[in-house]
Amino acid sequence: MEKVIEIQHLSKSFGTHEVLKDIDFSVHKGEVVCVIGSSGSGKSTLLRCINLLEKPSGGQIIYNSENILDDRHDIHAYRTKLGMVFQQFNLFNNHDVINNCTVGQVKVLKRRKEEAEKVALKYLKVVGMDQYVNAKARQLSGGQKQRVAIARALSMEPDVMLFDEPTSALDPEMVGEVLKVMKDLAKSGLTMLIVTHEMEFAKEVSDRVVFMDKGVIVEEGPPEQIFNNPAHERTREFLKRTLK
Amino acid sequence: MSYEWFISIISNNWPMFLRGAGMTLLISVIGTIIGAIIGLAIGIVHTIPMPERGIKKFLLKIINFILSAYIEFFRGTPMIVQAMVIFYGSALAFGINMDVFLAAVFIVSINTGAYMSEIVRGGIISVDKGQFESAQAIGMNHFQTMMYIVLPQVIRNILPATGNQFVINIKDTAVLSVIGVTELFFQTRTVSGNNFRYFESFFVACILYFIMTFTITLLLRRLEKRLDGPENYSMIGGLPMQVAKPEDTEHKIKI
Repeated sequence: MEKVIEIQHLSKSFGTHEVLKDIDFSVHKGEVVCVIGSSGSGKSTLLRCINLLEKPSGGQIIYNSENILDDRHDIHAYRTKLGMVFQQFNLFNNHDVINNCTVGQVKVLKRRKEEAEKVALKYLKVVGMDQYVNAKARQLSGGQKQRVAIARALSMEPDVMLFDEPTSALDPEMVGEVLKVMKDLAKSGLTMLIVTHEMEFAKEVSDRVVFMDKGVIVEEGPPEQIFNNPAHERTREFLKRTLK
Repeated sequence: MSYEWFISIISNNWPMFLRGAGMTLLISVIGTIIGAIIGLAIGIVHTIPMPERGIKKFLLKIINFILSAYIEFFRGTPMIVQAMVIFYGSALAFGINMDVFLAAVFIVSINTGAYMSEIVRGGIISVDKGQFESAQAIGMNHFQTMMYIVLPQVIRNILPATGNQFVINIKDTAVLSVIGVTELFFQTRTVSGNNFRYFESFFVACILYFIMTFTITLLLRRLEKRLDGPENYSMIGGLPMQVAKPEDTEHKIKI
């Protein structure tokens, strides 16, 4: 299978604290990968390193057979190829729903306004928010905000979608609507890398599950293997604590 | 009796008062706008992420130093003294006889710029870090992030402080009379110098200043409300639809 992103020997330290240690990892085209692990295991940092919101301390990130950590590489162009969904939604407060989805297309991808609106509407429809195009971020509920944030990322038509704990900041009754959108996306063949605490969801949608602990990838494999028959003691302990 | 004097001062000198008030307003409007632009521009430059090495880092450090020096110098000295130094200094040092009006606008602008850049800095700090991150995540560079996402929010946030600066400017242009700008204070002094009715003349000026500052305050409040947009939004189409079901194939995206 074609690799969309390949990470080699990635490391990240904050001061003397080593958050990621020698990570080797790749995402293939059309694959849904869930990253699980306890808080502080480095999952979110890994995701943030992939789109360079955190600058990795060492290693390589290969995209289109180029190392994007190379100084000469245009990181802005690279970032348009990754759709990022944040835990805190981070919708643009100064734009309404439709402009949240078009501003990147118009200003970064240089699409025409009408074309951008068409694309935005298509994806707003996918997340079921096409009727709220006039609403401002502050007028929406958490689940609605996150669905718009997903549509905003999709509107850039990225090669891979990154989700950083997309349901962790939501009220319990809103988790379902966001997970449902994500399940639909997973079925549509989108390449997704998801950091999550929702084990049932991870079991259901992922092609591959990655378990991280203390900054290293302990184990990875198909969900049946990780959840039913984990090879490592640390994985077993973690699952015992979370699944109950 | 004072009352008759008011009437006669206003009826004899109203063109002078109005011209003075107009000049005051003109200088402070232009000064505040240019100052705000200077402040926003400095805000963009001050928040450029520092490159790790090379000539760019060196250049950015020098620019930041110059800008900080500018801010500290103009905030730390009185405008009346700056007016004297710039107006007479430019004539002495460069042999330029500055037009009084241009000199006035220049002095008010750079003064306001120094204050505004601190106000803008506070405004940028108050914008949530997530806004910067999500703008970068869709591929925006620093300039785009600032122009399309951060500064619009900063402008909304600093509007009250900008209005304050505007009001201060209207009042402080009075000090520009020292270089002979024919603003309201200068004109009132001329009027009172002719009729020797200091209280009545300056009381008229007082009321004119208040009308200007209060009108500006009201206008800016209105602008704030306008920028906040309507409280409600209207939905397009029928009832709010929940998330698309996996069965509705027409909602599926094709990759």
